Amino acid sequence: MPAPLLVPALLAVAFLVLPLLGLVIRAPWSQLGPQLTRPGVGEALRLSLVSATLATLVSLLLGVPLAWVLARSQLRGRSVLRALVTVPLVLPPVVGGVALFLVLGRQGIVGRWLFEATGFSLPFTTAAVVVAETFVAMPFLVISVEGALRAADARFEDAAATLGADRWTTFRRVTLPLVAPGIAAGAVLCWARALGEFGATITFAGNFPGTTQTMPLAVYLALQRDPEAAIVLSLVLLAVSLATLLLLRGRWLGRGALA
Amino acid sequence: MSLDAQVVVRRGSLELDVAFSVADGEVLAVLGPNGAGKSTLLRVLAGLLVPDGGRVVVDGDQVWNSPQQHLPAHQRPLGMVFQDLLLFPHLSVADNVAFGLRTRGAGEAAARATAEGWLDRVGLAGLGDRRPGQLSGGQAQRAALARALVGDPRLLLLDEPLSSLDARTRLTVRAELHRHLAAFAGSAVLVTHDPVDAMALADRVVVVEEGRVVQTGTPAEVARRPRTDYVARLVGLVLLAGTGAGQQVQLAGGGVVAVAEEVTGPVFAAVRPESVALYLERPVGSPRNVWPLELVAATPHGSVVRCDLAGEVPLTADVTATAFAELGLAPGAQVWASVKAAEVAVYTR
Repeated sequence: MPAPLLVPALLAVAFLVLPLLGLVIRAPWSQLGPQLTRPGVGEALRLSLVSATLATLVSLLLGVPLAWVLARSQLRGRSVLRALVTVPLVLPPVVGGVALFLVLGRQGIVGRWLFEATGFSLPFTTAAVVVAETFVAMPFLVISVEGALRAADARFEDAAATLGADRWTTFRRVTLPLVAPGIAAGAVLCWARALGEFGATITFAGNFPGTTQTMPLAVYLALQRDPEAAIVLSLVLLAVSLATLLLLRGRWLGRGALA
Repeated sequence: MSLDAQVVVRRGSLELDVAFSVADGEVLAVLGPNGAGKSTLLRVLAGLLVPDGGRVVVDGDQVWNSPQQHLPAHQRPLGMVFQDLLLFPHLSVADNVAFGLRTRGAGEAAARATAEGWLDRVGLAGLGDRRPGQLSGGQAQRAALARALVGDPRLLLLDEPLSSLDARTRLTVRAELHRHLAAFAGSAVLVTHDPVDAMALADRVVVVEEGRVVQTGTPAEVARRPRTDYVARLVGLVLLAGTGAGQQVQLAGGGVVAVAEEVTGPVFAAVRPESVALYLERPVGSPRNVWPLELVAATPHGSVVRCDLAGEVPLTADVTATAFAELGLAPGAQVWASVKAAEVAVYTR
């Protein structure tokens, strides 16, 4: 291997792996038990898992049909639509949070109607956490599923049509099972992104322990008061991420590569 | 369950405009080279592609396509066997076969029972629980046929149904397919570029070239009296176009071919390559058909060498490998070619 490629590659690996190693090395392993059972930690973890899971479910419910429209329909302006959908991928999450606030806040374009009609104000609730995470994470799912749909052989859908299946039946009984590995991979990516969401969450949902304080927010806060606690919380997130990665590689990506 | 179709499709360089009809129980083969628009034609009949014009009418009164109307594929009572079969990889073989029954409202148990019956009929009894990927090529082809036939379609469409099979399997499956097509009450349209499939399976052949029907007839008629170079090559004949004058055909290129019968007007003369004899010297005696030609190419073809000849009567001659070696021929060689007048088939253009 030529040195001009090998040396930067090794540097890149070191750059990516060393911080994580540092986290593991500096972890107060003896303090692990007490730190993890501290009040608030379990709460933040549970809130993170629940809100990331809900955000993934919402993304699946809305994102899979959107991916289908992008990949299969003859809609005019699909490329514009795709560009719009992927904006949250590149947008700084804080900006996303501000934008959500302007639309869904109590004075927002939509939020005002909601508040006047029901007395419900979305920001600073657990629902707002789910909304913020969905906003940031859904594009990962959409892009992933759209890719899977494009890679899937659309002629199977023709075959289904000649067997009497309308487009909805075809979608349910042929398309969906064929791209299931891609959807699963997209869902895991989406879930991991939602789990780590920080900027949009803190902007739109705030940082209230028990209702909107997810793990990343707890880590950030803890770092200012109690670095050891921050390291322990980070370790937990690292463990969850690694578990996700293993799941992704071992099950979904392996199966996806076969399909 | 007859089919009357006129299909017009303009797509890029393809301009398809063909018309034909298929009677009850009849099998029509659409024969043509790749790119002739055969698959496009089938997609229109299946309802998967909206044509630019024409009509598709079934049973004389059910309009599937007209300038005003396009019945979507899933509402057409048809079965289709695709070139790559397209068995659903995520479903068992039995579920693949039952698919068309379930979409048309059959209950799970009933659909399963009917599917098993069809698997039995095509010789796949006991393989229903397998995945399509676990079937051999011939078995997958049978499963695809069962899936297409299970709903008692009015129209059966087959797109190069045997092209994915190896030569040996193809023989068996072709014979089976022939049996199932004979038992099928509806109209069947088979698209192929293999003349053997068309001859073996079809009651009638439509030859399509560059989007147009160039010849229609029974397989025997098409094989005996090809009307284009493409068909002539497929059935192993050399086709010469000319004008009849007594017992001679004056070719457009200048040569003269003697024939056994009196002919007048525009005619085709068809010559079988194996009836052409080659000599290094002008043959003695007085054969009426003898021409000095140039050997332009020689390719082994089974036990014979196929010699392409150029000159006033462009011919192809099949000579045995031994004879070819004895003549000591090489491309560029000057030879004398002769054909008995009685061996030349002649028919009006």
